Amino acid sequence: MLRETHLNGLLLCALLIVPLGALAMDAPFIITLATKVTILALAGVGLNLALGQGGLVSFGHAIFFGLGGYSMGILASHAQSFTPLMELPFVIQGTNVMPVIWIVAIVVSCLAALLVGILSLRTSGVYFIMVTLAFGQMFYYFAISWPAYGGEDGLVIYVRNQFPGINTLVPIQFFGLCFAVLCAVLFFVSKLNKSAFGLALTGAHYNTARAQTVGINVTRVRLVAFVISAGITGLAGALFADLNRFVSPTMFSWHTSGQIIIFVILGGVARLYGPIAGAAVYIILEHNLGAFSDYWQIYLGLMLLFVVLFAQGGLIGGLSRREVDHE
Amino acid sequence: MSEPILSVRGLSKSFGALKASDDISLDLKPGEIHALIGPNGAGKSTLIQQIAGGLAPDSGTVHFAGQDVTTAPVHERARLGLARTFQISALAMQFTVLENVVLGLVGQSGAAFRFFRPVMKDAGLLAKAQDALARVGLQDHARTKTAELSHGQRRQLEVAVALTLSPKAFLMDEPMAGLGAEGSKAMTAFLRNLKVDAPILLVEHDMDAVFALADRISVLVYGKIIATGSVAEIRANPEVRAAYLGDEEDA
Repeated sequence: MLRETHLNGLLLCALLIVPLGALAMDAPFIITLATKVTILALAGVGLNLALGQGGLVSFGHAIFFGLGGYSMGILASHAQSFTPLMELPFVIQGTNVMPVIWIVAIVVSCLAALLVGILSLRTSGVYFIMVTLAFGQMFYYFAISWPAYGGEDGLVIYVRNQFPGINTLVPIQFFGLCFAVLCAVLFFVSKLNKSAFGLALTGAHYNTARAQTVGINVTRVRLVAFVISAGITGLAGALFADLNRFVSPTMFSWHTSGQIIIFVILGGVARLYGPIAGAAVYIILEHNLGAFSDYWQIYLGLMLLFVVLFAQGGLIGGLSRREVDHE
Repeated sequence: MSEPILSVRGLSKSFGALKASDDISLDLKPGEIHALIGPNGAGKSTLIQQIAGGLAPDSGTVHFAGQDVTTAPVHERARLGLARTFQISALAMQFTVLENVVLGLVGQSGAAFRFFRPVMKDAGLLAKAQDALARVGLQDHARTKTAELSHGQRRQLEVAVALTLSPKAFLMDEPMAGLGAEGSKAMTAFLRNLKVDAPILLVEHDMDAVFALADRISVLVYGKIIATGSVAEIRANPEVRAAYLGDEEDA
């Protein structure tokens, strides 16, 4: 059997080679699909830190995906209409510079996660799932009923935001940018998983009483993990909005939360590269089966059932040998 | 007379009409093994929980290492050096043996918020972890998955993790449970040496072990401590014999 690191390498190579091949064959649509996989995988990598490593089944990560999206939408809409975001007590202008948008998306998501986390981490198990879901619905209905930024119709951004030195309107360049972000985040999270913090987080997941008994403040460790996880998913939300040049309340809906959970479970819970496999399979199924039937998710459902019942390590776990957690 | 390291005063806890702890006071002094015995349902686990911090008492205080820890959460008491072992092994079963011990060191040193340095490559922590494993005789099993350990080895690992906490006192909930005669004997010998490191509050059903080890014994019946004293005093105490040891037993 393959080693997990080798499988991970293969996966990342495939994600890079497919759009390059598409470029050679002049199939920009495939490049866009690969970009979508990259961004959704990023959202999944974020969730996986909380759900996989920390055992926190958040059914509210759409909050952060949506906040990232709206951070981009709001900043860019003000930039394209040349109206300041606010004038009092000081002037804040919109922007169409991606790094600035990303930072705003991450900070906003982290702050929201801090608030949601403090309240929902008082619960655990099924209650945690329900509380995070409830927060997600609150954000969803708020986005629908807030007319300033499109309400139910969402916000259209006409020109993709800019990144210094890159023409983001060229599909392969935008893909490259998203791919680089994904790689950077994977590196960051792999460091995190191997650190003392990662050990404490996983330890608290495996046995809460044990972690407390050795002096670990489990609630605080979980809160920090939840906040970092939200920051990553928020960044993905900003990129996703830029890919579509469109933001709508759908990004906040519980379907979105469910989708991100599916990427994680399909790919392999707590497997760092799992969400890449999960998102890729999801998009491939959607693209190929969606052409035949609107009900393609029946097949996704069957696959999910199979994974949950017979292959809990997901695609990564099914295809590779597990390596020691923290070494 | 040395100051007690752990001191419980007037601890009470009720669940509805049931008084699980009824005005309990007890001390743990440096260098001693203080055994807590009592029939099933006497409230031993409830008492241990309150001392460890998992359960808040209705009234009374717990002082540990010179501080009032009555309202302190579990992790803070652990950081002060209160090392608890569980009746049913509470270890991260999916971790390796070494990871479980390193987890203890991470908690104790407050390193849980170090985000980038690979923890399993930290030479200082690993050396301390290996020391703890060597003391309980598990040095050859460092890379074994905890779930693959035998029951007795898990008990040893519990103690190794407790050792990583720079313990000022041990709180041991039935360390002999399920060990069998041989294992029980080995653990008894081990605990006798361990009390030099830090005193032990020992909850144990194995009477042979208790009488062999304990410097003092407290007897808990229906949430009340009915007697505290040396092994000889407890054996001779008629109230204890009636309530717990059974009248027919020859003391």
